[in-house]
Amino acid sequence: MSPVDPLHDLPFVIGGRTFRSRLMVGTGKYATNADMIATIDASGAEVVTVAVRRVDLDRKQEEGVLYHLSPEKYFLLANTAGCYDADEAIRYARLGREAGFNEFVKLEVIGDRETLLPDVDGLLIATRVLAKEGFQVLAYTNDDLITALRLQDAGAAAVMPLAAPIGSGLGMINPFSIRTIKRRLTVPVIVDAGVGTASDACLVMEQGVDGILMNTALAEAKETVRMAHAMRLGTDAGRQAFLAGRMPRREVAVPSSPFDGMLS
Amino acid sequence: MRTDLQTISLNGTAREIPVPCTLGELLTQLDLDRRIVVVEHNRIIIRRDTLDGVSLAAGDMVEIVHFVGGG
Repeated sequence: MSPVDPLHDLPFVIGGRTFRSRLMVGTGKYATNADMIATIDASGAEVVTVAVRRVDLDRKQEEGVLYHLSPEKYFLLANTAGCYDADEAIRYARLGREAGFNEFVKLEVIGDRETLLPDVDGLLIATRVLAKEGFQVLAYTNDDLITALRLQDAGAAAVMPLAAPIGSGLGMINPFSIRTIKRRLTVPVIVDAGVGTASDACLVMEQGVDGILMNTALAEAKETVRMAHAMRLGTDAGRQAFLAGRMPRREVAVPSSPFDGMLS
Repeated sequence: MRTDLQTISLNGTAREIPVPCTLGELLTQLDLDRRIVVVEHNRIIIRRDTLDGVSLAAGDMVEIVHFVGGG
């Protein structure tokens, strides 16, 4: 009988599909496509997000991300970034499905241009429509339990509460909310947006969530490949620490060395 | 021989194209790879394998999109 792997983990399943990495990454804001690819590879991510935009007919077409990202190697997750109401997000989701290779969509319905916080009413409407059309909806939302529960009821395949606003790099603002959402939902919880460095990713995963998605923390690091390596380690460290179960917090000291055998 | 032209809206900009012209022919004229783009014709998404069967008429709205980097 083979020994049990002490580091074994549950499979990471969303919408019936198993993914090999709990770290998902975006593809925006890189200085070059080569930099983007090297960074994604260093992160170990399988799921990479992409946006749907008009082809620029006046420029050459190498700007299309599919020239650089092989759909055989990565799982392309189309987003609806930049959409400010449910109808627009639904339109983008359908275009993404037609362009893409799967039924998954990272649904964003943004409610405010300054904070990029979600419009939860629009998000719920779009989730219901898209789930009925057979989409696996990964819904980007606030760190609000009630909205998360409603998204689950609306048919979301996963709920993606934010750690902090998109692109802010502030790290997880409300660990209590994230833990509560994870505890109360049955669908996977993937924290999306707001982490800035590896300790942030570690703290997020220590809350017990199923996965994490980031973009700016990698793309705006001085050395993107090194940060991707750090994020991979941070994500794994947080996940393993969660599975291991941390010691209780005590507000008193407890010595690690024995009292017995001290010299008189 | 003079080619007749018609005006459509292409990605939000007025553009003159020949008559007749299908969506498939439009992509060829624009040097776009149909495996990589998605075409919306008057707000309806046109599947790749039917692009050659859809003819354009004056005033049509065509959007051609693809995947770009995003988070």
